[in-house]
Amino acid sequence: MTLLSVSQLDVTYRVREQDRLALRDVSFSIGRGESYGLVGESGSGKSTVALALMRYLPRNGRVSAGSISIDNKNPLTLTAGALRTMRAKTVSMVYQEPLRALNPSLRVGKQVAEAFAVTGSAKGESVARAEEMLRKVQISDPARVMRRYPHELSGGMAQRVVIAMALAPSPALLILDEPTTALDATVEAEVLDLISGLRTEFGTSVLFISHNLAVIAKMCDRVGVLYAGELVEEGGAQAVFDNPRHPYTVGLLRCIPHRGQRKDHDRLDTIPGFLPSPGHGLTGCVFAPRCALAQDRCKEAEPPLIDIGGGRTSRCFFNEKAPELPRTTPTDVAVTTDVEDEPLVVMNNLSKTFKGGVRALADVALTVRKGETLGLVGESGSGKTTLARVLLGLTSPDPGTVVTLDGAPLAPDVRKRDRAVLRKLQIVFQNPDSALNRRHSVRSLIGRPLVRLGGLDGQALRDRLTSLVTSVRLEERHLAFRPAQLSGGLKQRVAIARAFGPGPSVVVCDEPTSALDVSVQAAILNLLADLQADQRTTYVFISHDLGLVRYLSDRIVVLYLGRVMEVGPASAVFDGPHHPYTEALLSAVPILGKQGLDGMHPERIKLTGEIPSAANPPTGCVFHTRCPRRLPTGVCETTEPPLLEGEEPGHQIRCHIPLIDLRKVPAPISGGSQ
Amino acid sequence: MSDVTAEVAVTVPQLKAEPTRWSLLLRRPTFLIGAAIVLFWIVCAVFGHRIASYSPLAQQLLSTNAAPSAAHWFGTDNIGRDVLARVIVGSREILIVTPLATLLGTVLGTVLGLAMGYFSGLLDLLVSRVLEAVLALPAVIIAFLFIVALGPSVPTLIIVIGLIFTPLIARTVRSSVLTERHLDYIASARLLGENPARIMYAEILPNVLPSILVEFTVRLGYAIFTVATLSFLGFGIQPPTPDWGADIAYANQNNALLSGYWWQVLFPALAIASLVIAINLITDSIEQVLAS
Repeated sequence: MTLLSVSQLDVTYRVREQDRLALRDVSFSIGRGESYGLVGESGSGKSTVALALMRYLPRNGRVSAGSISIDNKNPLTLTAGALRTMRAKTVSMVYQEPLRALNPSLRVGKQVAEAFAVTGSAKGESVARAEEMLRKVQISDPARVMRRYPHELSGGMAQRVVIAMALAPSPALLILDEPTTALDATVEAEVLDLISGLRTEFGTSVLFISHNLAVIAKMCDRVGVLYAGELVEEGGAQAVFDNPRHPYTVGLLRCIPHRGQRKDHDRLDTIPGFLPSPGHGLTGCVFAPRCALAQDRCKEAEPPLIDIGGGRTSRCFFNEKAPELPRTTPTDVAVTTDVEDEPLVVMNNLSKTFKGGVRALADVALTVRKGETLGLVGESGSGKTTLARVLLGLTSPDPGTVVTLDGAPLAPDVRKRDRAVLRKLQIVFQNPDSALNRRHSVRSLIGRPLVRLGGLDGQALRDRLTSLVTSVRLEERHLAFRPAQLSGGLKQRVAIARAFGPGPSVVVCDEPTSALDVSVQAAILNLLADLQADQRTTYVFISHDLGLVRYLSDRIVVLYLGRVMEVGPASAVFDGPHHPYTEALLSAVPILGKQGLDGMHPERIKLTGEIPSAANPPTGCVFHTRCPRRLPTGVCETTEPPLLEGEEPGHQIRCHIPLIDLRKVPAPISGGSQ
Repeated sequence: MSDVTAEVAVTVPQLKAEPTRWSLLLRRPTFLIGAAIVLFWIVCAVFGHRIASYSPLAQQLLSTNAAPSAAHWFGTDNIGRDVLARVIVGSREILIVTPLATLLGTVLGTVLGLAMGYFSGLLDLLVSRVLEAVLALPAVIIAFLFIVALGPSVPTLIIVIGLIFTPLIARTVRSSVLTERHLDYIASARLLGENPARIMYAEILPNVLPSILVEFTVRLGYAIFTVATLSFLGFGIQPPTPDWGADIAYANQNNALLSGYWWQVLFPALAIASLVIAINLITDSIEQVLAS
């Protein structure tokens, strides 16, 4: 039975007195109790679909053709009253940013109860039902949470509250628009489990929108791949991801680092070019300009959705050939990794206490070796970024901290460091929009470090600018642009050129691709790997995405509450034996079927509870409050374990559990997650 | 490398023919109306003596307190001076004093605000308290003090109003700087060893300029008001120089309204209102264009 059917939907936005087609000929349907995933990069039109379904399109947007039917009603023709009823009772929506979906000035309880009140519950009853619903979304102490204000909740907790509100009317359809994108991996895993469980319990149909292929693969029965406002491929989620039949899907899957891929023998495949902007006016296949398989035919005629059997469709004339899409990057790069044993940066007794006693870092000792990539992983609040900022001199560490670069002690404050030192330490920030001064041209953004730290001017400056721009694969004409005129990927290239300009020996990469789309991310990672191979730069690579860390890092440091829980060569950290926390992190990441990361456990190791406050860390091992493998002897609660040697040289784990026991894969924990 | 060529080959510039902010501004009727009024008064200020049919100072004692007529469109005052001529020429002093005073206040306020926002900490704390103390006093009272001490003159007015506006502008700039300060480009500049002056003026200032521009136009409107008020109270432009505020005061002293000589008050008042409204129209359109 079909609950939602969308047929030949066109959505047009009017931008500067011009109509731009944002969705073209989109048709799909969702059965009752089914979970359907829409996947695509930013600008593909995913959210527009959701907004059109709810009739929430902004004022300049309209459905210009096609029809929608939800529970046999067409939201496009409903009267205002009927539309409100539909939004209140039939369809619910959960957005990406839970804290922006909640009213900051009302207590949580009032907001959740209101969701029940609009469905017709009496006042006292709605409060009681709100409490019950919060319990269902696995909030352990609902009465207490109900008295709080949204800002007092963590991201994961807030998203549970939003989900509880969405489920209040027992909707027939739940639309989830990137519901876990803003959350940490461990929290994401919990929320995804919760959604799966609730779907079974309530029998709700789900439209799940995400850019994350693995999340969609995990959560959805069927999936539709959106590209430039068109559905280019559709089918069972498993089938589509295992055996994609559209060149775009194939390309997208190849952009993700998968099992065994490492920077020293492989480059990630990329999708050349850019997503056409809405209202592009392309004839023929929308993907043809970026497709290596495109023939004249593709440019002349728009391929229809071709039925390829097994309930699958593909909008490609050559869908049979799609899996053989030629790579755009070489598979084999013979790169000699030049990691020397010589330490470049040595940190000892590194502590940082912020106001209010928040200990962001506690006695961290680390060595970064020349030419290596040191991966820093951990949840938000683990101290990754603070560590990087201390190294750069942007945050002053507590007295007693010793950080040396090339054997010479580093001044704790960047203002006290001379040019020679400044040249050696640079950073690529997470968000180029924040890191690049939007009023400066690319020329001055890249040129300033060369003038300031390189002492270049005149012809020498111009030559260096040209070579830098070429090395990050920008063009010289980009020099005259302002950041706003560049796409996200190009902006990040500017940021990389800026960092590499002075010829640094260490570049900190702080989540350099997390603001970018998958296909752009692959190109940036390749660029970083190439630059490193070429210039033997050392990276400190911070990321929450373990797949990326695995691809790029030689050694990995796992941080939890400002303490090093595990450190070692990438292979050792991924293959185990792991620290229980690393194990949980590894298993929290949703992975695509055939392309698992090394060391991933088939069974999820569930972490419960929230990361404790750094102002008041737990006694003993700081991880014991969430550790699924806490020892019954009670030693974990009382004594902080030292970093003990693992099996491989340089592998250290901060855990009381003997290595032999750590090696054993723990029995899967069954049942609910709390 | 092969991906290099492939990637760059399709690097189509995503440049749209985006209208510049200036052209967006020129499309707004509110801006055009405001600009037209301001332009009109500027023309009056520059060429006033030539435009007016009478000298603003010439006394025609045979036609005192004359109602508006074909000869005197706006009537005459109690010593027979042509009100129209005085309104036209009266735009001059106010159009010299207000922009210069506002500019002075904006420059001082920007310097102060940038320093407060960038250095924050103790400096910010101390300066903020001082500014608040100044703001707690009514602007006109402070102006009185200075003008009484220094004697009323155009330069005094400019300096006094400029100083009165400084704390207000400094506060606005400070709050804009605080939002910029957390952006990574500041950290990025510090990593190049840039000195604070360079970070404040080359990195932050261009980004807060739009809000300074808005604040400037807002203050300009208030400045006109303040000058008119001071003149009305006798502390601003001094008679016999034609000035709207002073003329209203003069008419008032002679009980113009009670005697039914409404034109002696109405026309200078309309002139003040038109200029303030025009500036506000311009401010609104600039704000809207910047927000879009």
